[in-house]
Amino acid sequence: MTTPASTSAVNPKPRRQRRSRWSRLVHSPVFFPLIGFIAVFIVMALVNDNFLLPNNLTNVARQGAIIGIIAVGMSFAIFTGGIDLSVGPVMALSGTIMAGLMAAGWPPTVAVIAGLALGMVFGAFNGACVAFARMPPIIVTLATMGIARGLGLIYTGGYPISGLPAGFAFFGRGEVLGIQAPIVIMLLVYLVAYVVLHHTSFGRYVYAIGGNEEATRLTGIRVPRYKLLVYTISGLTAAIAGLVITSRLMSGQPNAGTGFELDAIAAVVLGGAAIAGGRGAILGTLVGAMLLAILNNGLNLMGVSPYLQDVVKGAIILLAIYIGRGRNA
Amino acid sequence: MALLALEKVSKAFPGVRALHDVSLRVEAGEIHALLGENGAGKSTLMKILCGIHQPDSGEILIDGRAQHFSSYRRACAAGVGIVFQEFSLIPGLSVVDNIFLGREPRNALGLIRHGEMVDQAHALFERLGIDIDPLIRVHHLSVADQQFVEIAKALSLNARVLVLDEPTAPLTPTEVERLFAIMRQLREQGVAMVFISHHMEEIFEICDRVTVLRDGEYVTTLNVSETDAGALVEQMVGRRVDNIFPERQTPPPTDDIVLDARIRMAGRKHTDHIRLARGEILGFAGLVGSGRSEMALAMIGAHPVAERHMQLEGRTVTLKSPADALGRGIGLLPENRKQQGLILPFTCADNISINHLERFQSPKPFISRRREQAAVETLMDRVRVKAPGSDTVVGTLSGGNQQKVVIARWLERGCRVLIFDEPTRGIDVGAKSEIYALMKTLTAQGISIIMISSELPEITGLCDRVLVFNHGHVVAELAGDGIEASTIMTHATRQISLNHPTGAPDKTAATMERAS
Repeated sequence: MTTPASTSAVNPKPRRQRRSRWSRLVHSPVFFPLIGFIAVFIVMALVNDNFLLPNNLTNVARQGAIIGIIAVGMSFAIFTGGIDLSVGPVMALSGTIMAGLMAAGWPPTVAVIAGLALGMVFGAFNGACVAFARMPPIIVTLATMGIARGLGLIYTGGYPISGLPAGFAFFGRGEVLGIQAPIVIMLLVYLVAYVVLHHTSFGRYVYAIGGNEEATRLTGIRVPRYKLLVYTISGLTAAIAGLVITSRLMSGQPNAGTGFELDAIAAVVLGGAAIAGGRGAILGTLVGAMLLAILNNGLNLMGVSPYLQDVVKGAIILLAIYIGRGRNA
Repeated sequence: MALLALEKVSKAFPGVRALHDVSLRVEAGEIHALLGENGAGKSTLMKILCGIHQPDSGEILIDGRAQHFSSYRRACAAGVGIVFQEFSLIPGLSVVDNIFLGREPRNALGLIRHGEMVDQAHALFERLGIDIDPLIRVHHLSVADQQFVEIAKALSLNARVLVLDEPTAPLTPTEVERLFAIMRQLREQGVAMVFISHHMEEIFEICDRVTVLRDGEYVTTLNVSETDAGALVEQMVGRRVDNIFPERQTPPPTDDIVLDARIRMAGRKHTDHIRLARGEILGFAGLVGSGRSEMALAMIGAHPVAERHMQLEGRTVTLKSPADALGRGIGLLPENRKQQGLILPFTCADNISINHLERFQSPKPFISRRREQAAVETLMDRVRVKAPGSDTVVGTLSGGNQQKVVIARWLERGCRVLIFDEPTRGIDVGAKSEIYALMKTLTAQGISIIMISSELPEITGLCDRVLVFNHGHVVAELAGDGIEASTIMTHATRQISLNHPTGAPDKTAATMERAS
């Protein structure tokens, strides 16, 4: 506490010290996720001889990229105290539209832009329902989850769309400076999200809305407008994931992304975000997504049955949240 | 031997020494006031007494026996009851369900014995001398009745020590009298009570002894009959505060109208006409629930209205949302700090800068943290927020400092009209007088202020003009020497025949004309 200097006649200048570097690190939302990541990483490295091979590690990052990208939009939604369950089907729908348009002879650029735009439109629809019609996000996105999945199946007739132009493979299989394209795309998405969340007013409003929506509204922030934007971003990142996965598989899969919304939520929560909103870090989400990826990979390498893998993953998520519960910023 | 004794209790939180060697002794059948500024450690001491916090050192003795309260439940079991500042009742449940929550009497099948609960509730209410239907849902009750239910709940656990943490803050004067009647009854029954209040006159009316805390330390314990308000305030703040209100100046001319609002609230028949002159403090007086806050919210577009015509400096403006109002230079400091004002997980800095972030953009749209930090710290100094730093999480500050953070948010926003809704609720004398001085400074700069307050001294001591609300309408306007507590109360409590279409608004129009 500063000294009670209010007795002095001149305006007192209370001493304000900033928190020490160490205290700031420990209180950063990224701290515990990072500890968890390192712990799991070490265990996996000790148990599997192959885990630390450079090839394996880049594969892990690439496999984690899809969930990692989706989790960015999910982070925006969860930071505002909302949620977006429609991301998996929106990813699949955007991907199949891109594939369908290219198969029909459209230039890849146009097809990609159309697919991304579709994701944004879907997200904006979610956002309009949440922000202007004031419907609860969990119900809205549960409904649009079904709608998006259904539309994808109708569009494709239930079959994968293949026969895509070879150049399109770049986003899923290409490399930039020796790094696999999905990883580069993921890192770019995180970079943009980080800058938006930490260096723009909009980012501050995202946390403010999650922290206390009523207070944010009364202080003169246009809350509905920013919520609309948040869900539009979530739709966009789902569509970007759709781009990567479609390019990786070189086919539009209407059933892709089943259960991805849960993995994305897990990544955000493992990343230290409060599910009620207002608190969390986008870099934490990245750590959370990579934590899930090394878990999947490590358990696969160990030859653990897929059924048991789900149990182990669930248990680890519970443990992580138990450790991180009730922590204040 | 004292029924309750706290001996040399100390408690530190990370970065803050909340209590240092504080002692408190309360006899059976005594009402003991605990007095101190916000942040003096009253609430922390009471939370230790109730097992919510554990002391770092020191002892709690009941009947001379040392107690270790590891939880709130344990404290309850030992006969300590507390009525919290923020009510802990569950609005959707009935009165009995609330009173017996978690320890419902059950029959052999494990089902709740409802009849027995109702009987016990009746017995409790009789003991308190109050008349509340035990089966009614709590959200239908008035604030006062909810509080009486809280007291009944504490007593149902056979509490011999009862802590009342600012129980009078949300109550009207009549309700306060009812509360005091209940407290006197409990005193007769030998209950030891700790009473926290910022109202001196209440302490002199109801309390036997008073213990003063300052900055987490014990200052003194006095018999109420042997001291006076001035002396107590001096003990509290460590200096003499003679008049907490700034000196009165000649009121600004009432013909320079900044804001002219004709608003008909949803579901009301009449339109209220509110005019605000440049540089004046206009009071909204009236009972809790008389429609003052709703009117304030309507004025910034945050409450549904049937009709709203607003003119700002002669130009008609349409306000559909608080953002529109902010754009026009009208800001509101809402009534409920925690629910409507603060973003609790945010730091002081982030709370203050939230509504003028665009000022710190360089280059657009990126925020310069350095510029933001510098501006925020200037503001914190200006309103004298006592906090370890601008990066302190706002939820950890005392009520007075939290309020200063909310106020600071509006200072650099260039607002022409500021609406303060209960700006000093739950705030100590020192902080109050600082907030009053700040309001005067703002009006001197030509900013017009509407102040909603349930504290009459505040209205009479600060306002240039006063509008009295009753049953959702403005029923009287007072100015100058006409601003008297008794007059305000007469208008505020008068029974209004709502069927008379010519009742309230005509009266208002008449008084308005007389004033201008």
